[in-house]
Amino acid sequence: MTTTAPRQNARDVSRAVSIDFDGVGRAFAPERGSGAARPVLRDIDLHVEPGEVVAILGTSGCGKSTLLRITAGLDAASAGRVRIDGSPVSGIDARTAVGFQEPRLLPWRTVHDNVALGLPRGTPRSEGAVRVEKLIDLVGLGEFAGHRPREISGGMAQRASLARALARNPGVLLLDEPFGALDALTRLKMQDLLLDILSAEPTTVLLVTHDVDEALQLADRVVLLARDEGGEPGATIAQLLTVPGARPRDRGSSELAELRASLLDGLGIDRHGDGRQPLASATAPRSL
Amino acid sequence: MTYQSERDERAPGVVSVQGASYDTTEARPGRAFLARGTGRLTSKTWFVLVAGAILPILALTTWTLVSANDLVPSSRLPSPADVWFAGVDLAERGLLASDVAISVQRVLLGFGIGAALGLSVGAIVGLSRIGDILLSPSLAALRAVPSLAWVPLLILWFKIGEDSKVILIAIGAFFPVYTTVSAALRHVDRQLVEAGRAFGLGGPRLFATVQLPAVIPSVISGLRLALAQAWLFLVAAELIASSMGLGFRLVDSQNNGRIDRIFFVIILLAVLGKLSDSLVGLFERWIKRRWT
Ligand SMILES: Nc1ncnc2c1ncn2[C@@H]1O[C@H](COP(=O)(O)OP(=O)(O)OP(=O)(O)O)[C@@H](O)[C@H]1O
Ligand SMILES: [Mg+2]
Repeated sequence: MTTTAPRQNARDVSRAVSIDFDGVGRAFAPERGSGAARPVLRDIDLHVEPGEVVAILGTSGCGKSTLLRITAGLDAASAGRVRIDGSPVSGIDARTAVGFQEPRLLPWRTVHDNVALGLPRGTPRSEGAVRVEKLIDLVGLGEFAGHRPREISGGMAQRASLARALARNPGVLLLDEPFGALDALTRLKMQDLLLDILSAEPTTVLLVTHDVDEALQLADRVVLLARDEGGEPGATIAQLLTVPGARPRDRGSSELAELRASLLDGLGIDRHGDGRQPLASATAPRSL
Repeated sequence: MTYQSERDERAPGVVSVQGASYDTTEARPGRAFLARGTGRLTSKTWFVLVAGAILPILALTTWTLVSANDLVPSSRLPSPADVWFAGVDLAERGLLASDVAISVQRVLLGFGIGAALGLSVGAIVGLSRIGDILLSPSLAALRAVPSLAWVPLLILWFKIGEDSKVILIAIGAFFPVYTTVSAALRHVDRQLVEAGRAFGLGGPRLFATVQLPAVIPSVISGLRLALAQAWLFLVAAELIASSMGLGFRLVDSQNNGRIDRIFFVIILLAVLGKLSDSLVGLFERWIKRRWT
């Protein structure tokens, strides 16, 4: 343990890599037969520094998962390109790990073996087992390592899925609403946990969320994806905010309150009750 | 998809057992609610065995009574004892062993070949779009041919030797496996496959890690169907053209008016069929422990 720790640290520091979005757009072919392609994303330009945490906010269906899938190489952009550490993404990249919006655990494997699926290829058996156990403990599933996914709750499955993504020791961690299915209290705990893990093993993170407070708590910068009403179809970056202050942040600070107001505004939520129909409540992520 | 919905059903149960604090040490493993229902009579092994034997015992008793009271002439319905002695007689002449041996050999060979082909072709069609487009129409047409229609052709091509019978049985075993495997592979949860790909799996590794375990239950039920088909086609092949085997014994007994032997062979076929099905059942349990 003592001899491997420094080496691992050295690898950790260097493993976080940059992400570049160069004019990324995605249009989906129409469901049936003819008709024009339906643009979902357009003109996404963004540079993410190595080790930076960027939260992606946006209303449901605006293309957050699509953007993440393109970054992971699971989907291809129809315009522009994504570069990871300078090299364009084509196909699945070994340096990225994905925590999907759904847990997507293999039902016939135990929690332990599901998490082990995330280990990079060629990890020695014993080293892998130690890492998996550590991660399972971290996400609070120690007692359930031998359980099958159907024997644990939805929130527990999502934590297992997060552990699986972390097992990869990725240079880019792509998280799609990783805490969406958790109750408010567990969610706060998991946010702190993610910060702990990131300070121990820094990596670049794209975090999709519905929750403005979560974005402000976890991210260095927040990207708001939104469509232009009456403008070009397809969502693009409507706001790009830098969140001040070192993490963990005071959840009640006034500085954050201002950013929150601006983001909620961008999400189409009216805070003053001047008669405009609110689209949804940003604090109830599932309902968006 | 099935797995997803299963979990969804269960999840509320887990939460209610453990309350809100499911990430603390107080949380109890979810085993408690899995034990539900073990107290029922229908889940006791002895009850299952005894209840399953009721009908055969009733049938045997009726049969004994009917033939003991000469309600049906023995040329139509031999007594259970007659059937038993017909079996002993066949065994003493050495015919029983050779008939069973050759029939089992044909079934195993034909089933093995047919199932292996069914698995591989089913995998090609179920996994690759182009394989599906190229192969499935032709295979659907071949499946539509009533299988006994192959018999004259097989006999012309391969004579009345072993080959023609094994091939016919293989044809019979192929289609259930092919159909179930290709259909099941097409319906493997796409999200799981994508998750597998996202974690660097591809090709054979992806197949072994995600697709194969996902279709194991269907593969097994396909194998069970195929085995039943194999016995069916065995008897068909042996009835039509052979000089050995259980099917041949049936025709032979029919020609010699040995109704006791016919009864004996039919019962023997039932026992062998059930036995082989149980073997597949054991295999199913073993593979489920290993894989699921
Ligand atoms: N494979 C696909 N084919 C066609 N349309 C798709 C496909 N994937 C996504 N879309 C469309 O792209 C849009 C954005 O989907 P996406 O899943 O990225 O939304 P999202 O922002 O993640 O929403 P949510 O917050 O509800 O998860 C949707 O309108 C969806 O219908
Ligand atoms: Mg999404």
